[in-house]
Amino acid sequence: MVEKTVFDEMWGQDEQLRAPYQDFHAWFDQEDPKRLRAKNREAEDLFRLTGITFNVYGRAEAEERLIPFDIIPRIISGSEWAKLSRGIEQRVRAINAFLHDIYHTQEIVKAGRIPKEMISQNEAFLDKMIGVDVPGGVYTHIVGIDLVCTGPGEFYVLEDNARTPSGVSYMLENRETMLQMFPELFSKNRVQSVQQYPIDLRRSLAACAPRMTDGDPTVAVLTPGIYNSAYFEHAFLADQMGVELVEGHDLRVVDGRVAMRTTRGYKPIDVLYRRVDDDFLDPLNFNPESQLGVPGIMDVYRAGGITIANAPGTGISDDKAIYSYMPDIVEFYTGERPLLQNVPTWRCSEPDALAYVLDNLEDLVVKEVHGSGGYGMLIGPTATKKDLAAFRRKLKARPKNYIAQPTLSLSTVPIFSKAGLTPRHVDLRPYVLVSPDGIKITPGGLTRVALKKGSLVVNSSQGGGTKDTWVLEE
Amino acid sequence: MLGKTANGLYWMYRYMERAENTARLIETGQRIALTRLNQTDDEWASVLQSADCLGGFKAEHDEMSRDLAVDWMLRSKDNPSSIISSVNAARQNARLVRTAITGDVWEAINSAYMSLKKALARKVSERDLPSVLRLIRHHAALVRGVTHGTMLRNEIYDFARLGTFLERADNTARILDVKYYVLLPSARSVGTSLDNVQWETILRSVSARGGFRMEYGAGGGPREIADFLILDKRMPRSLAFCVSKLCDNLGYLADEGGDAGLPSRQKVGALENGLLSKTIDDIFDHGLHEFLQDTLKEITSISRQIEEDFRFYA
Repeated sequence: MVEKTVFDEMWGQDEQLRAPYQDFHAWFDQEDPKRLRAKNREAEDLFRLTGITFNVYGRAEAEERLIPFDIIPRIISGSEWAKLSRGIEQRVRAINAFLHDIYHTQEIVKAGRIPKEMISQNEAFLDKMIGVDVPGGVYTHIVGIDLVCTGPGEFYVLEDNARTPSGVSYMLENRETMLQMFPELFSKNRVQSVQQYPIDLRRSLAACAPRMTDGDPTVAVLTPGIYNSAYFEHAFLADQMGVELVEGHDLRVVDGRVAMRTTRGYKPIDVLYRRVDDDFLDPLNFNPESQLGVPGIMDVYRAGGITIANAPGTGISDDKAIYSYMPDIVEFYTGERPLLQNVPTWRCSEPDALAYVLDNLEDLVVKEVHGSGGYGMLIGPTATKKDLAAFRRKLKARPKNYIAQPTLSLSTVPIFSKAGLTPRHVDLRPYVLVSPDGIKITPGGLTRVALKKGSLVVNSSQGGGTKDTWVLEE
Repeated sequence: MLGKTANGLYWMYRYMERAENTARLIETGQRIALTRLNQTDDEWASVLQSADCLGGFKAEHDEMSRDLAVDWMLRSKDNPSSIISSVNAARQNARLVRTAITGDVWEAINSAYMSLKKALARKVSERDLPSVLRLIRHHAALVRGVTHGTMLRNEIYDFARLGTFLERADNTARILDVKYYVLLPSARSVGTSLDNVQWETILRSVSARGGFRMEYGAGGGPREIADFLILDKRMPRSLAFCVSKLCDNLGYLADEGGDAGLPSRQKVGALENGLLSKTIDDIFDHGLHEFLQDTLKEITSISRQIEEDFRFYA
């Protein structure tokens, strides 16, 4: 059912090579497949050598794996991108306004656009953030919006990532790899650059420094440590920005500031780009067992002594239950119609919706409200009878925990396989930076591709790969 | 710089230096075995002792043999100073300080890790041993080379150098101490081939054979060897050389930090003065073994002081 109507971004629906791919395809046609295969292996060696690996959890010996990289780029035209960016910007603006509102006067609840319990009973809502005025008014300094494409120019938001979106290092390294392997492609195609991202990130973070900052703000990246699955990315970003990479045990509160232990004593930090979840951020204020955070950082934060990026408590805006209200949220705060579409979503907490979902389970995708990484999810059309029965039981037992969506017919982009070009489903995560100076969207993003034929799961932890994403100059 | 980063740099370079030293010790042991002057496997015990891993070996093995000793030093995960353990630890520290080292240094250390992991995946046969040892030296040289060629001369570099020279001083002092009796005038039976082999062994284990011959021609006995390895500042593995480098780098760090009275700088200064004021005859008169034991203790105490002065852990 899915296969019939699939839109391929290279070949369209009618086997006509689409415009953005024309120059690329002409080049590809001239290339010797043997050489390309050798290049593919070369890319892998390059990734291993530079250490672009992720750690796999739950293994005795911390194993480092590569995310498979495919050499066929995903190409987006300049005009298509311009339209997409407007939608992304509108959405990110709305998310920030929403966060400010729910941690202050909750106008959106008063206006009856979102039920009160969706906020107050949400696990991701942090009481400790109520009434806090965040530096520069920015809650989500870095956002990743997961998009899927179903036809020419038809993009849907699958998920907003407003906590600590990862994967941007792959966007940068994929481009670097392509530039090294096929420099000639970039002289033929006018591809918009992504390499300014780390500098933009540093500027954007610095622009959000707390008011008490003196001179050039000190920025640092907080990582859970070298065994974290995304450690490479944390080190990479700190390195590229030229800032310190710190762990919880390097930090402590000194004279009302969060400071890092240097070889010459403690030095205050102005902006902390944390890659540690809210719950682990501060053992005094949140999970007391946490070894990863800084005792007392929330108190410093509330007193305006440090900027935490992203702000604690932003998780409520990318919660899958809140997701279904996003069209209302965008309208409420921007006064405009949403430019980007939401995937129609059934909230299983509502009895009518639950009944519909239970009746149509084999056609739907069911997701856990708080889940991530593609875990705990049911894809109806490919599920076994046993899976379906198990999910029916789960849905009835805890309906509030789930949402359901129709199975979208995700677009494909070819990958380079033994058989030549073979279509595979993709998604797209552009990266957005927010500061008082404005919103900046890096042209491109991370394209994740399901390497298994027919598969819709693109997560790297479950056999997904990545591609370089090109946005052409107009 | 973060105290943690200084710590990581220091240990990354200590472990790289250690891997290289261990490779050199295995090579020396193998060489002695091949000269067949020594029919027993006693020599391997002294090689293990020089590498500071005899105690661990004995805890794991009841007998001593070439194969067991070589495997212990090359590949054993139970031996924290084996080459594979050292290279693992060096790379782990490099990951920790990824933001402080250049991409070139990271790639050199990562490729050392990848290729040695492969080369040491299985037991190394006697036939393959020379090429594996060459590979280790080659990678160590590469890491050293890109460090020289690409790293800024700032405090990051100072900590890298501190690790290198502290480990090296420790290594040279230990090799001399394990073999000190060979160098004593009383034990000397001039001109026997056994003596010659023993002396060669010491020189080889610190890669000093060529330098020594260049300096002393075919002459030179134990007194000159001891002088060369302890007091000669031209010899890059001598105690005097290593200690003067430690002085330099701690001096730069003290200056940058505006702390003239830095305790580790004071300690290493005292050690250097001690060396500068002595002749090799003074050392022999005082007792070579006692001198080396004192020096080893001093090195350990300097290492602790560095950890404290630069807030490695707290």
